[in-house]
Amino acid sequence: MARTDIGKLSLILLFAPFALWIALLIILPQLGIGYISLREKVGPGEYTFGFANYIAFLSEPIYWNTLLRTAWMSILVTAMALAVGFPVAYYIAKIAHRRSRAALFLMCLIPLWVSDLVRAFGWIVILRETGLVSSFLQKIGLVSGPVELLYNDATVVMGLVYTVVLFMIVPLVSTLDGMDNSLIEAGYNLGGSRFTVFRRIVVPYAMPGIVAGCIIVFMLTAGSYLTPILLGGKNSMWFTEQIYEQFVTRYNWESGATFGVLLLVFTSFVVWLGLRLTGQSLASTVAKD
Amino acid sequence: MKTTFALAATTALALFMAGNAAQAETLRLLTWGGYAPDNVIKLFEEANPDITVEVTLSNNEEMVAKLRATGGAGYDLAQPSHDRIFAAQQEYNIYKPLDLSKIETANLAPNLLDGVKANATIDGNLYAVPHQWGTSGIVADISKAPNVKGWGDLCNPDYKGRTSMRLRRTILLGTAFSLGKDPFALYGDKAAYQTMLDEVTEKLIACKDNVKTYWNGGDDLSTLLLSGEVVVSEAWDSTAFKLYGENKNLVYVPPETGALAWIDTFVIPRKGEADDAAYKWINFVMKPEIVKLMSNSTGAIAAVSNGIDLLPDDKKAAVKAAFDEQDLANLKFFANIPAGLEDMEGKALERIKAATSN
Repeated sequence: MARTDIGKLSLILLFAPFALWIALLIILPQLGIGYISLREKVGPGEYTFGFANYIAFLSEPIYWNTLLRTAWMSILVTAMALAVGFPVAYYIAKIAHRRSRAALFLMCLIPLWVSDLVRAFGWIVILRETGLVSSFLQKIGLVSGPVELLYNDATVVMGLVYTVVLFMIVPLVSTLDGMDNSLIEAGYNLGGSRFTVFRRIVVPYAMPGIVAGCIIVFMLTAGSYLTPILLGGKNSMWFTEQIYEQFVTRYNWESGATFGVLLLVFTSFVVWLGLRLTGQSLASTVAKD
Repeated sequence: MKTTFALAATTALALFMAGNAAQAETLRLLTWGGYAPDNVIKLFEEANPDITVEVTLSNNEEMVAKLRATGGAGYDLAQPSHDRIFAAQQEYNIYKPLDLSKIETANLAPNLLDGVKANATIDGNLYAVPHQWGTSGIVADISKAPNVKGWGDLCNPDYKGRTSMRLRRTILLGTAFSLGKDPFALYGDKAAYQTMLDEVTEKLIACKDNVKTYWNGGDDLSTLLLSGEVVVSEAWDSTAFKLYGENKNLVYVPPETGALAWIDTFVIPRKGEADDAAYKWINFVMKPEIVKLMSNSTGAIAAVSNGIDLLPDDKKAAVKAAFDEQDLANLKFFANIPAGLEDMEGKALERIKAATSN
């Protein structure tokens, strides 16, 4: 009797920080945001409730175009991060020597020790018109005048891939690490080509890592603020910027909150759609034992 | 006898309360970077040993957003610009009426005080007094762009890819003036204002190719100009004067249609807890000897009668180089934004930001 009580108590105590964190810092603020998003402003200090903010979002093409653009570019970033991250993860987990593995993994982590802001400014210094790349190209005679490499979509995508690729590599390394090499050997012994072994054995085995990595990367990208704003400049148009503008510059908390809710709902929907289209489910991948 | 006793008791009580209030007050200041320099705080605390000053740095939008979030609590004195008082007070009720008798108004420049009074009076209550003022206009590198005259030059194809602006309401107003409109005169007529905004939006979207990028703060702007990537830009005069100190080719040009002038003010937040200390600060920083220290730190001109003369010598030279009497007479002070207009302007800015360009 006493023992089960202690067990229960320790369970409650262990669970409490997590529950408090979720309830106070995630659920409560989200409810607040949801509440504000349903508030309609009719005059100074006067409010009623309704869906006017959502209707305003739908009736203004600038807003939903920005949201679609953000989602589309985030998907692109996710795909590129997977394409870049998978070989790196495979090399670290399967090909590199056991001894150099830790060092390689650490090297991937090092950029995380510097804040996002500093890394974005690093890119600005390198890519700006009077920056390193431009002056190097002029020196070797490839271009005649200074070139501006900032303020376009390609730079934004590249900057984002650079920022998030790590979050793809880490889950992939840990899943691939658990794969028994004999599975691959068996595949070759049974006459499989490199491609067949990759497609039928490696990818299915790595699927939990791929799904987890893609979800993390997509969510991080869609919710990022600094990298697209700083590298995109006059052409950034990221949805988080719209949210900031509504809250801070236009004092319009109602529509800012609406945008916040819509970003959450829409990105969740994209993740769900992605899982459906690829025939995966959270239970069979991320939550797999 | 009885009365004497009562009187004595009241006096004692009053003294006791006064004594209590005087003990270790904190003045929580919400202001712009440079508006509460350490040397001024030190002098103030020496003159008022019972008050300690705490400073939080911010900008217009953030000040209103912060005070709105707390209903006007958390700070004892704030410094938004004069066009951010009326609508914010009407809508969110975040400021406290000021008692003008507690402020030594004789020190203040009468025209600026009247301007702020006209902008910040609601139902007979005054909510703000002026502190520092400056202008928004154009800064140009005269070695590469010698003929810059006004806002329109930001869209001049001669400087393609070499101009910059801050995508906020100032550029909308400046562009409107350059198109021959008077936006302040249209404030009362929403439909006409929208027509004007549409025209301005079209102009600025067409202009987007010409612009290198939009700047957000003084530091962005300085880097763009000092590196030579940008040769003509919208600018705050205080930033331009600092740049002039580093490169004599970077000159502030008041647009021919008039530089747009702003006044940063003092307001007391509605739930401020140290009003007396706040009034003391206001009167203290308006003393001529303090104004000098303050202007040296802010780069802006104090709202006292001889504000320009009290600038440090290098800034005074920059101001004299940029403005002549006619420019000063031609200043366009930001008028109060009537409710609803800011939303229209916000939409216009969003449209410009969302437009595609190379």
